[in-house]
Amino acid sequence: MMEKMIFGRYVPADSMIHKMDPRSKLTIIFLFVCIIFIANNWLTYTIIGVYTFLMIGLSRIPIRFLYGGLKPVLWLVAFTFLLQLFFTREGTVVVDWGFVKIYAEGIKMGFYISFRFFFLILMTSLLTLTTTPIEITDGLESLLNPLKKLRFPVHEMALMMSISLRFIPTLMQETDKIMKAQIARGVEFASGPLMERIKAIIPLLIPLFVSSFKRAEELAIAMEARGYRGGEGRTKYRQLSWKTVDTLQLAFLAVVTIMLIYFRS
Amino acid sequence: MDISLSHVDYRYQANTPFERLAIQDVSIEIPSGTYLAIIGHTGSGKSTVLQHLNALLIPSEGTVTIGDREIKAHQKNKDLRPVRQRVGIVFQFPEHQLFEETVEKDIIFGPMNFGVSEAEAKKRARIALKQVGLTEEILDKSPFDLSGGQMRRVAIAGVLAMDPDVIVLDEPTAGLDPRGRKEIMDMFYALHNERKLSTILVTHSMEDAARYADQIVIMQQGKVVKKGSPEEIFSAPQDLMQMGLDVPEVVRFQLKLEEKGNIKLEKIFLSIEQLSAAVAEQLRRGVTS
Ligand SMILES: Nc1ncnc2c1ncn2[C@@H]1O[C@H](COP(=O)(O)OP(=O)(O)OP(=O)(O)O)[C@@H](O)[C@H]1O
Ligand SMILES: [Mg+2]
Repeated sequence: MMEKMIFGRYVPADSMIHKMDPRSKLTIIFLFVCIIFIANNWLTYTIIGVYTFLMIGLSRIPIRFLYGGLKPVLWLVAFTFLLQLFFTREGTVVVDWGFVKIYAEGIKMGFYISFRFFFLILMTSLLTLTTTPIEITDGLESLLNPLKKLRFPVHEMALMMSISLRFIPTLMQETDKIMKAQIARGVEFASGPLMERIKAIIPLLIPLFVSSFKRAEELAIAMEARGYRGGEGRTKYRQLSWKTVDTLQLAFLAVVTIMLIYFRS
Repeated sequence: MDISLSHVDYRYQANTPFERLAIQDVSIEIPSGTYLAIIGHTGSGKSTVLQHLNALLIPSEGTVTIGDREIKAHQKNKDLRPVRQRVGIVFQFPEHQLFEETVEKDIIFGPMNFGVSEAEAKKRARIALKQVGLTEEILDKSPFDLSGGQMRRVAIAGVLAMDPDVIVLDEPTAGLDPRGRKEIMDMFYALHNERKLSTILVTHSMEDAARYADQIVIMQQGKVVKKGSPEEIFSAPQDLMQMGLDVPEVVRFQLKLEEKGNIKLEKIFLSIEQLSAAVAEQLRRGVTS
């Protein structure tokens, strides 16, 4: 049921992307989110697309798996497209059904914005698919370290993040288990009238909440028992190491950015 | 109601990098009224087999027959509710499924989903509660205010109140104290005998398997490696030990006795009473001859 979800899941493999330093991956994602807004015509969007798929290729994540996992999100992308299509009122009218008018600009914006959305989803999924939650957190903590001077709780934020990422799969498993238990007691999650289906969520959500709170409490006790006292003076078992690949990847992104600026209209 | 699995494979997360063949070519016959125990190491696929017994999982290959309903791989299997009504499953740690405000509401939840009237469901709730050894005062309490053992019993009562023909138990006593464990196992055995319920039990306890089951299935790495009556299974204790599985204490005692005491009994005994009678008999004969 929940098996196909890929958010927050790590797929181990031996690829260039997997081997990169999490700091460079995080920087690249951050920059990517910014430069995607430079694109404003077909050519620049194509460059972004080629870049995205090149990265997916380098990561050796099977496309079929990616597609299966992203299927639910594709609906959101399609929805974005329709929203732009119907609510943009610029340019020449292409279709006129009286009360709905579709404008040329609407079609263009629909494509642009939904593709932008789509590429963003792909790249961020790629990050979590090729980087373990621990690496992401270590990377973030190290990148945000300068903010400590401003008394920003960097370590605590990183810890919170790693805990939530770590427990996504557990939560999925738990959801699956409780769903099965309730199906066995006659609940129908997948069919029946809408109201019934909404009601069916309650026997799922309550046990999930109960167990999540219980787990949070147990985790807190376990951490305390092992002497956890926050980030002060804490050393790291895993050391981050910046490699040539990381520099090359950043340089490549710089080239892509220059191309985008050059070709944008 | 007869249940049978024929050449069933199941793959978790098919078509993903996480794909995993959990069970392979599993064939098991469970005629109506059988008490079947499934034993095997952790990860050997016991829970996966159980979930096929009421169509929570649809086989990736092969066929599952539940009563007159056939569930086959590679086809749409619609409206499985009637099957689920007749086969009740008590999962590992069933207390995790409790959610209602009161114990009573939680117990009648299952029966009412299957279209039983509220009055009838409440009647059943009282009967089920008694069966699991709880008193009626508990009915108005919140299930979350109970002790772990009580929660377990309430969850079991919720399955019993569905009045199934087949009851499937996935380590129902894991984590309970020895006395509670025995009470619950005896309760299921009594139900099995009184109502002729088919019972399928997954357990790590060889004692329970030897004491209650008519048939035992041993699983290893997703495959059925041995099937038979408890006598057959435990009469080759070396095989079991080779698989890293235990044998009941009585059998272990008998083996030690034969080794050290220089006697040989004609077969393996599964209860202390039978064993001591046989040993006494042997000794008596030894003296006279
Ligand atoms: N949701 C799942 N996704 C992927 N693999 C799974 C899933 N559930 C079980 N498995 C795998 O299938 C195999 C069989 O699991 P199963 O739960 O049937 O074992 P089991 O015999 O019940 O073990 P235990 O005694 O620990 O309960 C295991 O190797 C497990 O890793
Ligand atoms: Mg199990």
